[in-house]
Amino acid sequence: MDNFVSSIQTVPLNHYLILSSIIFTIGVIGVLIRRNAIIIFMSVELMLNAVNLLLTAFSAYYGDAAGQVFVFFIMALAAAEVAVGLAIIVMVYRNTSSVDINILNRLKW
Amino acid sequence: MNTLIVISVLALVVLYLGLFKAGKSLLPVSVMGLLLALGLAVAEWNVNPAPIYKGMMLFDNFAIAFSAITILGTILILLLSKNYFEKISEHVAEYYTIILFALAGIMVMVSYHNLSMLFIGVEIMSVSLYILAGIKRRDFASNEAALKYFLMGAFSTGFLLFGITLIYGSAHSFDLEVIKQYVLNNANGGISPMFYTGLSLILIGLCFKIGAAPFHFWTPDVYEGSPTLITAFMSTVVKTAGFAAFLRLFITCFAPLADFWVPTIIVITALTLFIGNITALYQSSFKRMLAYSSISHAGYMLFAIIGLGNAAINAVLVYATAYTIASIIAFAVLILVKKQTGSDNYEGFNGLAKKNPFVAFTLTIAMLSLAGIPLTAGFIGKFFMFSSAVAQYQIWLVVIAIINAIIGIFYYFRVIVAMYFKEGKNLILATPIQFRFVLAVSAILTLVFGLYPTIISELI
Repeated sequence: MDNFVSSIQTVPLNHYLILSSIIFTIGVIGVLIRRNAIIIFMSVELMLNAVNLLLTAFSAYYGDAAGQVFVFFIMALAAAEVAVGLAIIVMVYRNTSSVDINILNRLKW
Repeated sequence: MNTLIVISVLALVVLYLGLFKAGKSLLPVSVMGLLLALGLAVAEWNVNPAPIYKGMMLFDNFAIAFSAITILGTILILLLSKNYFEKISEHVAEYYTIILFALAGIMVMVSYHNLSMLFIGVEIMSVSLYILAGIKRRDFASNEAALKYFLMGAFSTGFLLFGITLIYGSAHSFDLEVIKQYVLNNANGGISPMFYTGLSLILIGLCFKIGAAPFHFWTPDVYEGSPTLITAFMSTVVKTAGFAAFLRLFITCFAPLADFWVPTIIVITALTLFIGNITALYQSSFKRMLAYSSISHAGYMLFAIIGLGNAAINAVLVYATAYTIASIIAFAVLILVKKQTGSDNYEGFNGLAKKNPFVAFTLTIAMLSLAGIPLTAGFIGKFFMFSSAVAQYQIWLVVIAIINAIIGIFYYFRVIVAMYFKEGKNLILATPIQFRFVLAVSAILTLVFGLYPTIISELI
């Protein structure tokens, strides 16, 4: 474990911050420009995993376990969200035979 | 804290009742359990102000007051569910269970003392609501609402989490007390830029959750597409919880940094008010009008966050109560009208007052309260909001809000005019006893709070 923490610490904290921000931004852009519900969903997961990476890095640097515990919470709740989300996407697919979010425009003012 | 345990256990009990085909007892058991939870919450008033569970939760008066409102709102909404879920599917118990689980998440949201509990509370509530929005599986609008709500909810959770992470990175803890100390110790310029970025991202995440402009675009679609009873739950109880979480975080931790985030919130408030009210004017569907009206009420409630302090907590409490009970009346009448006419347009309300004087009268009180006419709870709520903003010298913001309150009167009065002065089909609404009870209680509460605001305004 010490070995693992020290190997994390060989990389400066700022690099983790930049990497996570880039991954997070890719996720945000993916949500905004893609039109396939599954790919939007994957982009959201990318955002959450960027957060996980950064939390782990902070946690290792500060020697504080709270950050890593938080990562477990995020993973567990993301799994719950995947279960519900995929069920919703399957339900929509059954009714419309498509997962393109452009067909979701019947509710407009 | 017993409240949270009772609600969680109650949800499981209701699920088992469904397993044993005890369909008739679902509603009584849920309501009794919630009344017990409400009693336990009130019993802890002024008793236990210390953080519990290693500083994870703090069940102070703030938490108790907001738990009480949300539980009360849920009880009123559950009473309206008579014969509502049965038409959607035969597995009724699951719906009650999921509503109760959402309420358990809300209990966590109003009493957190650690950012990880904020995240867990928000997620428990949101995941339950994604399911509830889509319970009409064959209905396309309900499908669409569920998918939109889910994608936007998950997206906003990402922002919230990234914000929490950056705050953890600068304050080295998720605990609200430690973060507060960090802010106070470094208030003279020692706060890292990471903290400010984190604050902004949390602000974005929470604005998504409460449906404030420019992050409101999912709200009307989701509220219109979801089953009406669920919309009632989302736009009253859930919105109140969102504001409680927002207020708790900003008052506890970020108050010394007010110069940084108050200008942002002022812009968000003004935008929310104008977008909500002006778009509500053009709606032909009563349900969609209520959705936009809920956006505009989010704008009014944001005033309190600018005001900060104990006065602001009271103002949100009063406003949220007034808004919750008035909206429940509006949604209850909408459910009744939709059951008979099949549509949720204004036309359905034409001439309603002739044959249904009681229903029309309660809906009139609700609309007056939502519009903020004196002698109703809504007026008191707006009064407290505006006075807390005036105390902060935000005169222009109050002027904008008053213009918006006047715009609001137009679309709320449209319903009253339709009910009393237009010729309709003279339809007689079948009003079950539970509906009469909920309508009467809510209307009486609206008037009582309007006449004697001190009952609730000096609680905290």
